[in-house]
Formats: sequence, structure tokens, C-alpha cells
Amino acid sequence: MALRNIMGKRVGIGLMGSRALSTATCDVESGSAKSINLYSAINQALHVALETDPRAFVFGEDVSFGGVFRCTTGLADRFGKARVFNTPLCEQGIVGFGIGLAAMGNRAIAEIQFADYIYPAFDQIVNEAAKFRYRSGNQFNCGGLTIRAPYGAVGHGGHYHSQSPEAFFCHVPGIKVVIPRSPRQAKGLLLSCIRDPNPVVFFEPKWLYRLAVEEVPEHDYMLPLSEAEVIRQGSDITLVGWGAQLSIMEQACIEAEKDGISCELIDLKTLIPWDKETVEASVRKTGRVLISHEAPVTGGFGAEISASIVECCFLRLEAPVARVCGLDTPFPLVFEPFYMPTKNKILDAIKATVNY
Amino acid sequence: MANWVRISSRSIGNHIRKRMNQGFIGSAVDINKSSGSSSALHGGRTVCDRNRRYLNSLPWNRATLFWFQRFKSTVAEKQQDSFLSSDTDDDQLSLDFPGGKVSYTSDMNFISESSQTRVPCYRVLDDDGELIKDTDFQQVSKEAAVKMYSKMVNLQIMDTIFYEAQRQGRISFYLTSAGEEAINIASAAALTEQDIILPQYREPGVLLWRGFTLQEFADQCFGNKADYGKGRQMPIHYGSKKHNFFTISSPIATQLPQAAGIAYSLKMDNKKACVVSYIGDGGTSEGDFHAGLNFAAVMEAPVIFFCRNNGWAISTNVWEQFRSDGIVVKGRAYGIRSIRVDGNDALAVYTAVSAAREMAVNEQRPILIEALTYRVGHHSTSDDSTKYRQSDEIVYWKNARNPVNRFRNWVQSNGWWSDQQETQLRSSVRKQVIISLIGLDIHNLHFFSDT
Repeated sequence: MALRNIMGKRVGIGLMGSRALSTATCDVESGSAKSINLYSAINQALHVALETDPRAFVFGEDVSFGGVFRCTTGLADRFGKARVFNTPLCEQGIVGFGIGLAAMGNRAIAEIQFADYIYPAFDQIVNEAAKFRYRSGNQFNCGGLTIRAPYGAVGHGGHYHSQSPEAFFCHVPGIKVVIPRSPRQAKGLLLSCIRDPNPVVFFEPKWLYRLAVEEVPEHDYMLPLSEAEVIRQGSDITLVGWGAQLSIMEQACIEAEKDGISCELIDLKTLIPWDKETVEASVRKTGRVLISHEAPVTGGFGAEISASIVECCFLRLEAPVARVCGLDTPFPLVFEPFYMPTKNKILDAIKATVNY
Repeated sequence: MANWVRISSRSIGNHIRKRMNQGFIGSAVDINKSSGSSSALHGGRTVCDRNRRYLNSLPWNRATLFWFQRFKSTVAEKQQDSFLSSDTDDDQLSLDFPGGKVSYTSDMNFISESSQTRVPCYRVLDDDGELIKDTDFQQVSKEAAVKMYSKMVNLQIMDTIFYEAQRQGRISFYLTSAGEEAINIASAAALTEQDIILPQYREPGVLLWRGFTLQEFADQCFGNKADYGKGRQMPIHYGSKKHNFFTISSPIATQLPQAAGIAYSLKMDNKKACVVSYIGDGGTSEGDFHAGLNFAAVMEAPVIFFCRNNGWAISTNVWEQFRSDGIVVKGRAYGIRSIRVDGNDALAVYTAVSAAREMAVNEQRPILIEALTYRVGHHSTSDDSTKYRQSDEIVYWKNARNPVNRFRNWVQSNGWWSDQQETQLRSSVRKQVIISLIGLDIHNLHFFSDT
């Protein structure tokens, strides 16, 4: 069963102390590490970013006092109001302003308060940021732009505090989309995004802000973009996911193990450009794929992965590509448990795929 | 007994502090006056004084607790009445809200949707190019004036011939700045090379002024190997890093919030430079206009927002675009200093932009300039404007209100230009433009001369 407390809120046991999720190739120097949650890890990354680059700025609604999720705590006090500041309530302005800052060679780290509110900035992201370098023949660029936004289900968010809009952005050549699954991943990936010479949209799973706790190195480290990670080895079926959904998928994998099904679990980490090679290699091994994401199934990024896998691995596949995703409805409040791609739905799909 | 009240707003605290000294204690005392001025109470020291001393000893900030004493008194009630009435208009009759003090009124008046008169339009030259008497303007040297005029002619001829080239199928698309030559050249002339330009798309004259060659313009329109944009965009989407001219993009007004960001960067780097971002009348309806101006104002960024109000957004005239008195009045809504200028008067544009630049750079603030003008040409080669406006209107503006002729008259009247120079210039520019379209060396083309 899905791990929930009596309030119906999810409990993030899966990520705490789970060895399976810690099999990441450690290109991180061993130094001191502290057990911290996701928002603290993000906060550390931002401190490092501003400390190591005097031309880095953090801005957005309410970031000055620490932000509605505490991700920007202490930044304004430490680096000053000229570098860490509140903006007016205007997402198109936040991103447009960020593009301008980045175009002058600065690292503009813009916060959108909830991914649900990113749409007013869609024009600036798609028509401007993504095309800034290309259309100018590389005379200009806004590679220093990073847009951070909390995304995903939180148990009580409803239509406008739970969305996963990653698919909209995956359709835009010119930007990168990155989603971390845990505190340690978040710090390293965010630093890579900030330092990447391309505009990046970084979605942070808000459900994990407090609930996910992990050992996170205290120093400055980066994790590579566009490299997927096999976080659980298996031989019967490949599962692909990102962000918060991975912990649910991992629980399904553990249950499936009891039925003798060996599951390989892959964290995509970067959605565009995504690491097709790693996924393909895994599918060649297992012959079966299941993709799971919170966003509605139709047109979700799972569709792109599915189409790509079928193109490369059609004859290897033992079963159709399975997708266990959110329903094609606006994200409901009281019906969230029915809407979500739960552990049981995933487990059913694993079995159906294996027994096809 | 005192009532203990916790308030978290200093502004309310200040208000209550004043109230204490008048309404509740039974005498109206200005808190700033020295003690003992008036009191109805005993003991040498008034309650008022005691409270004031007490209040003054409190750390007044937004999160401070404060206390006040309430006295049951008929006098207090009377004072309370006078507090509510509006027959006195001293500064006790004002309210503190977040955002500052406002005086209040018991007369309910709506601010009118428009002023009695429209905001006047600054001009220096009359319609014939004669200096208006006693006018205030930035003097221009002979060299500068001749350069400005020559570039206006350059722009005119480039527009005419490139437009025809599109009609002939040589380039896929073009749009002209006909009627807006003064805006293009004079605004550029008032800036320095370090000022950064974020154009909309009808400002190639700014690039021309900065030294972009006719060949470079043509290369972009062809999208050939020499195009800096590497052939990726439609014609007229110029961009040039060396000229601090950001690449044009088709979406309208997207450059405005970016301008605020770029200007903020200049401010951080302590550069003595500003950003000039252009927009048309239509573009001011976009959300990005609001975003750009508001951000620039809040960030105190040195941007000049230059609005070319040419009366038309493709086929939509200004009456269908907004109901305000043009764009200039919108500046105040954002706390931005603004001016309306005659966009067909090169000297007025030059003067206004010079002044705006100084304010933007020295005071680190945004400025809004609305330049009134007329779009003489069609919106683009994909448009036939006679379908939605009268031909004689176009002809009128093209001839009687021509900014190039008007400036020429002034330059010539100073003895700085002659008809002969005019002929020579036009013929030479025409030749260069045609050559740029062919892309061949001038030496092979002597049969292209007009004389």
C-alpha cells in the first residue's frame, strides 16, 4: 500500500536511508556530509552559487525573507539586497528580467513560486530564452538563466499547487529541463544547471522539500546533466521516472521483487536533452519498459520516451511500453489518491507487462 | 486600566500615537510639540507627556508591540467626533496605510478618465523646419546635423529599394520605417555607443547610425553566409553585438522586461550607460509592457522606453488600441517620468532623448518617451494599408509632414547643406544600396550610375 499517515499525507520513508537509491556513481569527493532535507539542499546550492560567482543573482516573489518554501533563507542577509531581491508579482516580468540579466553575462537564478504559475512566462521561455542564442547566430545568449519552480503533488494542492508541467517545456529546443529526486541530487544538479551555458528550467518536487532527508556533502559539487542513473539493477523490466515519483516506483519495485520480478529503475534526471543511451541499454537487457509520471498521461513526457524506445527497440520488446501516469483531468483535491499513479497501479502494470 | 493592544504595523502605530494625544486624552496636542503646551490633567506632567515619553522610548518598527490607554470621557467622545469629521484639513486628517500617508476626504470624487486637455507635445521645429521662437533644445553641430540628415536619407533610400527588392522576389520579406526617419536617427544620435539597444523591429536607422553597413543589412535579408544571424530568421531581424543592438525578435514587447534586466546589470556594474528599448503603440497593449515598466521602476533601472506612436498596429488604429491619452500618461501609473514629443521633429527627438539619457544614467531611473508620428508605409510587404485607411491620408503625411524634408530645411537654412549635395548623396546611396543587393564589387557596376 502507498505509505501514508492517517492524514492521508504521504510519508517519504522510501528515500530515507534507502541503499537502493544511493547507488549513484560518486563523482563527488568524499568530505563531510550532513543529513538535510530538500529545501536545505537547494538553499545550500544557492549559497554556493552566489558565493562562487559575484555575478549571480537570485530573485522572484518573496525570495528575500527566505521564500515560501524556505529555499532562499539567509541569502539576502549574506549577499545583500542588490543580489537577492523580491520582484513584483509578474512571472513574465521575472523571466524577461532574468533573460536580460543573463544576456549581460550574469547568472540569473529566477524563482517561480509554483510551477502552476509559470505559464505567463511561457512566451519569454519559449520564444525568447530558448531562441536567444540561435536566432542571433550566437552573438547573444542568455545561458546564465536558471528558472526554479516547485512542482508536483503535495497531498492537498489541488489544481493550482500540484501541477507537473514539464512536458510543455520538453517540447522546446533550446532549453534544458532538469528534475532532481532527492536532496543530494538536487544540490549537485542545481549547481550544474546554474553553471550550464544554456537556459534551464529546474523543477523541484515540493512534496520532498521537508520529507526527503539525505546525507548531502557540504562542499561545492556538481552532478552531470543529460546523464540518467540506474538506481536499482534488475533484469525483467525497466522502469523510467523522475523526481518524486521515483520513490513510489521504488516501492513498487520492492513489492514486485516478492513476486520474483526483477525491476531495473532509472532516474532520468534531465528530461531534455535526455539520456536515450542509458534507457536503451537497459531496455535491450530487460525487453520491457514502464514509464511513470504524475503529469496527465496524454502528451506527457512518457509519450516521447515510449515513441523513442519503440523506434530503437521494437524487435527487442516483449510487451507494449507501459505508462502509469496521472489521469487526464485537472489535478483534483479530494480525489488526489485516485488521480495519482500509485504504487499499486504501477505494480499492476509491472505484472501485466511481465505476463503479456 | 490600560488596554493592551498588539499591532504589527508601524503605520497604524503612528496613527494611534497621534490619536492618543487628541482623541482619547481630551486635548488635541501635536505629538511633536513640547510638553506642557496644553493639558486637562493634573500633576504638572500630563498624561499626554507621559505617554509620549513612553512611546518615544519604544523601538518603533514594523513588528513592535505598542500600548495605548483609553479614557472614558465625554470630552474624548467629542474629540472622536472631530476626528471623524472633515472640516479641518491639517495633517492630523491623514491616514497611514502600507505605501505611505494619504490625506482623506469626505467628498466622493472619481478621478476623471482623462484630463481636460491632452498632454502637450514637445517640438522645436515647425512643420516647415523653422525653429520655433524661444524654444528649448539641444544644439547640434554642423557635422552632427549633416550626419543625421545623411543617415535619414540613407534610411529612406534603403527602405525604398529593399522594399522593391522584395516585390521583385529577391528577398522574402521587408518592412519600412517610412515616416519615422527622425525617430530612428535622432534618437540614436543622442546616445553613446555604450548604450544598449533593444529594438522592436522598425528601428533599423539606429543600427545605420551606429555603422551597420548596407551590405550587412542586405546579408541579413538574404540570410546568406555573411549574415550574422546565420540565416535563421526572416529579413529585417537584424542584430549586432559590436553595435550593442540586440537581435530583433518578432514577438511584440518581449524586449521590455529584458531591457529592465539588462539595465539592472549596467547599474550593478556601475556603467555610465543606459538601455533604450523601442516599442510601438500596439505593443503597449501587451502584458510585457506592463511587466517591463513596472520592473524598471521598482528596480530603479536606467532604461529609456521609447514608444513610437505611429497611429497604426497593422490595421488597428489607436482608437482600437487604448482609450487613454496615448502612452505618455501611462508612465505615471508606474512612477515613471514621461514626455510626449513630436516624433517627426528630429531636433525635438534628439533633445528629449539626450535629456532622458542623462536622467536615466545619473539618477538611475527609467524614463518613458512617447514620440507621435505616422506610419507612412504599409505595415510590411505582406500588407496593403489602403485596405484600411485612406490613400490621401497616407499621401498627406508622406509629403506635408515629412520628417526628412523638415529637418533638411533646417539644416539647409543654417547653410550646412545644399541641393547639389542632396543630389550627390541620394545618387551615391542609391548605388550602394543596389550593390549590396547584388553582392558584387562596385567596380563592375559603373553602368549602375544614375547621372
